[in-house]
Amino acid sequence: MLNRIIIRGGFYGALVFFIIFSASPFYVMLITMFKRGHDLFNPNNNPFFFNEPITLEHLDLLFTQTLYTKFLLNTFLVGIAVVAITIIFAVPAALSLARMAGRWGENLGIGIFLTYLIPPTLLFIPLSRVVSTLGLQNSLWSLILVYPTFTVPFCTWLLMSFFKSIPREIEEQALIDGCSRINAFFKILLPISIPGIITVIVFTFTLVAHEYIYALAFIQDSGEKTIGIGMTTELVRGDVFYWGALMGGALIASIPVAILYTLFLDRIISGLAMGTAKR
Amino acid sequence: MKERYLLERENILAPLLLFPVVIYVILLVGFPFVMAFVYSFSNVTVGNPDYKIVGIRNFIDIIGDKVFQKSLGNTFIFTFVSISIVLILSHILAEVLIREFRGKWLVRFLILMPWTAPIALGTIGYLWFLDSVFSPIDWILRSFGLLGSPDALLGPMSNMYWLGRPGLAMVSVILVHVWRLLPLGTVILIAGMNSIPREILEAAQVDGAGYFRRLFNITLPLLFPVIGVTVLFAALFTFTDMTVVWVLTMGGPPPHSTQVLASLAFLKGIQGGDLAQGAAISLFFFPVLAGVAAIVLGLVKKAVVT
Repeated sequence: MLNRIIIRGGFYGALVFFIIFSASPFYVMLITMFKRGHDLFNPNNNPFFFNEPITLEHLDLLFTQTLYTKFLLNTFLVGIAVVAITIIFAVPAALSLARMAGRWGENLGIGIFLTYLIPPTLLFIPLSRVVSTLGLQNSLWSLILVYPTFTVPFCTWLLMSFFKSIPREIEEQALIDGCSRINAFFKILLPISIPGIITVIVFTFTLVAHEYIYALAFIQDSGEKTIGIGMTTELVRGDVFYWGALMGGALIASIPVAILYTLFLDRIISGLAMGTAKR
Repeated sequence: MKERYLLERENILAPLLLFPVVIYVILLVGFPFVMAFVYSFSNVTVGNPDYKIVGIRNFIDIIGDKVFQKSLGNTFIFTFVSISIVLILSHILAEVLIREFRGKWLVRFLILMPWTAPIALGTIGYLWFLDSVFSPIDWILRSFGLLGSPDALLGPMSNMYWLGRPGLAMVSVILVHVWRLLPLGTVILIAGMNSIPREILEAAQVDGAGYFRRLFNITLPLLFPVIGVTVLFAALFTFTDMTVVWVLTMGGPPPHSTQVLASLAFLKGIQGGDLAQGAAISLFFFPVLAGVAAIVLGLVKKAVVT
């Protein structure tokens, strides 16, 4: 009996500890974004709760007097474009690797996946030259050009494992019935693979929202910044931190990305594992 | 008709479908990757596009540079300490999250958030958490009398100045790395634990093996490949990251107390315009990258055989 109480106590203790550890920065963001400046900037006030009535002044500042909505829009535009490019590149490649290419295709697939391991901090210097040679610096196009370097390899691998998990017999029946290969793909394989493709779309989008280093290296114009670099460079003027607006902006942008990522996380992990394990 | 016939042949269609990806990867990953090597042996700068190869001069310069040595050391410390802590904590967290309980979906969402939310935005939260005057952590320490009174354990000052003191700034960077990587490690561990057949553990339990016996003789050995791959990816990820340092400390407090290789390469190559030196610094990622790639390749080959 005592043993069970200790185990339960340990379980809840650990649970509470980890929730506080992981979520407290976001909780404080939530409180801070509604806190009056007078309340916020008193070091003796409880920082975890409101000591004065709440205010919307920080959100008003964020949405009307900063480029925050522009940062969100920019991130969204880059996300849409990169998703489109990633799908156009990765779907045919994954199909080829999963169904048609033999031994050499397997090696090529591993090769494509390995390029995902090359960190942005190794490539950003040569890529900054590429970007400036093409005249794309300070333009969202630079990000649209470069972001597929990490989304395409990863998503090709992910889609390949989804295609492999679908039995070949389904298409072979269609091929025997006189369907062309391309038609068999669009009519048979593609509809079954919609969950896999949605996973790729969501994951590409979250990767774009997460990216920081290339954006920092290529974009200096305030109006062209994406959410990560916009928040960390534009809302801090010299030594003045607009804390309420900073916290609110960070939280508002984080939540949708976190929800999408969490919903699809299991699929991403199982897709990755299938790519390496089940052959 | 002939064209359609050609598209039916796998040895034509397969390369055709792969062609765009291969070209794109060669142009925007392969070519820059090679150029990173070329630049590091040259005197290229932003203002001087006609560069000459100058041999290993850049490497001699940076290896002799105190700032570089400090950054290299910091990078190793941050990676090693963060990964070690994540390894221990993720095992505990995985044991907790593998159980069923009410409201698990919400707990899971909250615990995953440091990984699923953009790290630059999460780190902004830590800027406030570790602020020199308003830090909520300091407020807690003061409330418990650990800080801010003459006989307090952590000193009589009203604040810890987390990001202003070299040692504490390093602790802060490690804290954010651990915070961010813990969900990833945990999720992968849980996936691994779920793949261990329950019968083995139950049989061992019936035979009288206790919790720790099962942990060290069954669970951990079976999880070893999963843990190994996770550690490799997380290590590569942390070793080459600059976002946390850039947002949190900018490499400071002076002189370069928390500077890492990636942020130093950015400082010299992008902000300073010395592409050659920047490339030479970031080339120090290559041995780590090659090591991880070799091990991943080995694992994939093994998976193919078995």
